[in-house]
Amino acid sequence: MAEANLILVGVNHKTTPVEIREKLAFTKGKIEESVDLLSNFPDIIEHTILSTCNRVEIYARANYQNSAIQSIKQFICDFHGLSAVQLEEHFYSYSNEAAIEHLFRVSSSLDSMILGEAQILGQVKDAYSLAKDLRSTGLVLNQLFEKAFSVAKKVREETGIAERSVSISSAAVELAQKIFDDLENHTVMLVGTGEMAELAAKHLISYGVKTVYVTSRTYERAANLARTLNGSALDFEAFKNELYRADIVITSTSASNFIITKDMVEKAIQERKNKPIFFIDIAVPRDIEPDVNDLENVYLYDIDDLHIVVSANMKEREKEAENAMHFISQEVNKFNNWLGALDAVPTIVEIRKRVENIGNQEMERTLKKIPHLSEEDKKIICQMKNSMINKILHKPTIKLKQKTQSEDGHIYLKAIRHLFHLDD
Amino acid sequence: MENITFNITLLIYLISTLGYTLYLVYRKPVVKLISFYSLALGLFSHTTTIFIRSIETGHGPYTTGFEITSFFSWVLVIIFFITEWKYKIKDLGAFIIPVVFMIFLYSAFQSREYSMIDESLTMFWLTIHRTLSIIGYAAFAIGFGVAVMYLIQENQVKRKKIGVMYFRMPSLEVLDNLNYKVIAIGFPLFTLGFMTGSIWNIKTDESLFSWDTLRTWPLIIVWLIYSGIFFGRHLAGWRGKRAAQGAIFGFITIIVSYFFHVV
Repeated sequence: MAEANLILVGVNHKTTPVEIREKLAFTKGKIEESVDLLSNFPDIIEHTILSTCNRVEIYARANYQNSAIQSIKQFICDFHGLSAVQLEEHFYSYSNEAAIEHLFRVSSSLDSMILGEAQILGQVKDAYSLAKDLRSTGLVLNQLFEKAFSVAKKVREETGIAERSVSISSAAVELAQKIFDDLENHTVMLVGTGEMAELAAKHLISYGVKTVYVTSRTYERAANLARTLNGSALDFEAFKNELYRADIVITSTSASNFIITKDMVEKAIQERKNKPIFFIDIAVPRDIEPDVNDLENVYLYDIDDLHIVVSANMKEREKEAENAMHFISQEVNKFNNWLGALDAVPTIVEIRKRVENIGNQEMERTLKKIPHLSEEDKKIICQMKNSMINKILHKPTIKLKQKTQSEDGHIYLKAIRHLFHLDD
Repeated sequence: MENITFNITLLIYLISTLGYTLYLVYRKPVVKLISFYSLALGLFSHTTTIFIRSIETGHGPYTTGFEITSFFSWVLVIIFFITEWKYKIKDLGAFIIPVVFMIFLYSAFQSREYSMIDESLTMFWLTIHRTLSIIGYAAFAIGFGVAVMYLIQENQVKRKKIGVMYFRMPSLEVLDNLNYKVIAIGFPLFTLGFMTGSIWNIKTDESLFSWDTLRTWPLIIVWLIYSGIFFGRHLAGWRGKRAAQGAIFGFITIIVSYFFHVV
């Protein structure tokens, strides 16, 4: 029996530009088509195809590692009608430990374009359940993917990999929460109808903000946006007097000078009895006089400030990713041991050796006690010993080989190694 | 026996102080658990200490400087537990328990002689006066810890320096609210304590205030500061940073006034 290996062949956003990745993608239908084709390769025992917008990867258990890797590369290219020679430089391939580590990293979102993003785990889960439905996975890949999910869950729970917001609008929401805590019953005012401002407002609404005011130089646009956000439009001339109503103000006009000045905010904050206001100035050039931030209970973030927050958060995620890697390498080791234990051959060889040693020792001792035997007699006794050993071990050997290919194969191996004291 | 439990309490409070402070930087649940349980254990042995002494003196811990400081830190631990249980502010301990430890440590250097008072009528008013005042002070101490947290968090949001504490500490709103609540509870208690103290003074000295001594003036200053914080919020909207600064200034004044009032 040839040794079975875990292998992985793929391309991702780091190795391959999107123009090529999109050509290599497998939709659900294409995966269904590929199952039979891949199963026809004699070396490939089981496989799973993972295809997202950032990566196309095929995980497989195969008999001859190098030739299987070549076959899969060839398959991916042939399937999509592309030349394997041209794409060679884009492919990466890993086997055994490295392949296990890669899948653990991918599903824990350590290999993602945005570190710690939550989507990838769902995508890996979908890919696996499709493969399982199509019966292209078996003992090893089932175990591997289940393990990858539990590793990903643990990484998410125990490191801060997904904790900090890494987009402008979620960083803005996070800041708002650090100022106001619960955003429910708070009021947001949009000054200008920029796309980013709309996005941030939607984000805030999803966190419970109830009242929305929109104002814009063109009243029509304000009214339109107010409708989509379930808010009310304000006249552009009048909004300055209404500023005190807002807890959060998002500006995104194309005005070339400041439309919200320190004096205006000072007045508003007095009217609010010093209840805080959070200004988010997304406009370039800026809409809000920077000195506004000097006022007590007023917090002003412009687009650069938000970018700085985001990149600081990104760095924190990178640090957390390093912590996660320690945990992942431990889990890779564990899985690799489990995988190694699946191979019955070394165990069978060891048992044989153990039994043969006993047979030889016992025969030597017995022959010493009966020295008058001729060489011919000794030979007959030796033959008897060998045939007993063979007959005793024959059935268990066959059974063990069969059993190690089943779901609970590792249990049989563990038990037999224990019974024969092979690990002492 | 009292000395033994006192020293044990001191040691446990030290462990808890280190634990809560360590938890700020080394965020492992086990550190938090150790801090919490050691504080609970410290409270138990602290209670035992006060109990043993009260049996021997025949009155509660209200008379000597040693008794008052020890009793104050005891009340502070209890109020801390209540606040933590109610508000679940993870890092409050790091800002309160060191204060507990410092006050308790200070009491270790004070004379442990008994003061025997057997006039039951004056004892009654003294007990009421000191119990109310001390609960009020403990509420102000919590306000102090919360205000320090507020200033740290406010500084991060204002200066746009998003550090580790930004993520760990609660929002400005929660901290400002809690600061208000503890002062709203502490201020009436302290005022009542002040009034009962005056009654006690009448019973002993036949005068409402001891205007001529330094004992009363510091308390009046403390009362003025906290009434400023309390009414300032309602009337002038002093909240946020200003309220936090007030709470810190007020608590420092309390510590200074202690040396005039009790010692």
